[in-house]
Amino acid sequence: MTRRARLTLLWIGLAGFGLAMATAFTGLPGFGSTFHPYRDLAVVATFAHATANSVSSINFDQRGFDTFGEETILFCAVVGVATLLRPVHRERRRQVSSGGRVMESTSLIVYVLFPLTLVLAADVVAHGAITPGGGFQGGVVLSTGIHLLYVGGRYTLLSRLRPLEWFEQGEALGVVLFGALGLAGGALGAALFANFVPQGQLSDFLSAGTVPLFNIAVGMTVCSSVVILLAGFLDQALAIRSDPGTKGDPPGADQKEEAAA
Amino acid sequence: MNSDFLTNALIAVSLTIVLIGAAVVVFTRAPSKQAVVLSVYGILLSIFFVTLQAPDVALSQVAIGTAVVPLIVVLSIRKIASIRSEAESELEGSAQGDAGQGSEAGQP
Repeated sequence: MTRRARLTLLWIGLAGFGLAMATAFTGLPGFGSTFHPYRDLAVVATFAHATANSVSSINFDQRGFDTFGEETILFCAVVGVATLLRPVHRERRRQVSSGGRVMESTSLIVYVLFPLTLVLAADVVAHGAITPGGGFQGGVVLSTGIHLLYVGGRYTLLSRLRPLEWFEQGEALGVVLFGALGLAGGALGAALFANFVPQGQLSDFLSAGTVPLFNIAVGMTVCSSVVILLAGFLDQALAIRSDPGTKGDPPGADQKEEAAA
Repeated sequence: MNSDFLTNALIAVSLTIVLIGAAVVVFTRAPSKQAVVLSVYGILLSIFFVTLQAPDVALSQVAIGTAVVPLIVVLSIRKIASIRSEAESELEGSAQGDAGQGSEAGQP
C-alpha cells in the first residue's frame, strides 16, 4: 500500500471516528443535570438488596460477571509480570544487606503507620458494602501497608514477613472463591452471580447478602496481586544481578551485532 | 442555588489544579523526579474525584496512583541504573583484561 493510500485510509477512519464521537457527545445529557436513567435504575436495585454502597452493589451484585472478568484480567496481568521479572539463566540472586541509613523520623512514621494501615485495610474491606471502599481498595491499602516496611529500610524484615508462596496461593484462591460464589448464585439463586444470601437490614454490618463475601474474595486477590507485583520489581531492583563474566550487554552491543550481520 | 454555585466552583477549582498538575508531570524531564510529581498529581486527582462525589474511585486513586505506580517507576529506574553501572564496569574490566589475558567479551 502506498503512503498516499494509507493516508487516505487514515483520514477516512478519523473522519468516521470524529463523526461518531460528535454524534455521541451531542446526545449526552448536560454536565451536572438531573437526568440520570442509569442511576435511577441502579439505586433502586441497590436498595432492593439492602446494600448501602451502591458502587459495591453494582460491582458485585448487579454486574458480578463483568467484575469477574476484570479480576481475571488483573490476575493474568500479574502472572505475566511475574513471568517477565523472574531471574533468567544468566542472572543470580545476591544477598541484600539491610544496611543503609534510615532517618529516625521515617522509622517512627513507619512504626506508627504500619499497624494503622493494616487496620484501615481490614476496615475498608469489611465495610465495603456499607461505606465507600471495598475489596479492591482495601486490598491495595493492605499491600501498600505491608510495603511500608521497605520504606522503613527493612527489606530483610519485609521478605520475612511476606511469605510469597502464601500470596501466590492467596491470589489464586481469591479468584477461585469469586468464581465459586458466582456458581453458587447459579445453583442456589436465580442466575450466575445472583445474590442468593439473605440480605438483612440496610446498612447493618452483615447486610447486602453476597456483596461482603465478594469483597473478601477480591480483597485477597488484589492484595496478593500487588504484593507479588511489587515483590517482582523489588527483587529485580535489589537482589537480581547478572552473572559475572556474562554481565549485561555493553552499551551499543545491539548496533554492533546489526553491523556484523 | 447558592450551594449549586459553590459545588460548581469547587469542581472548577479542583479541575484547574488537576490540569496544572498534569502539565507539571508532563514537563518534568528527569524520570525520578517525575515519579514524585506523579505521586503528588495522584493526590490532586483523588481530591478531584471527591469533589465529584466519587469516594470509591478516590480511594483506588490514592492507593494505586499515589503509592503503587510511583514505587514501580522508582524501582524500575533503580534497576536500569544498576544495569548501566554493570555494563560500564564490564567495559572497564574487559579493557583491563585484554592487556593480560584474552577476554571473551568484545571479540567479534
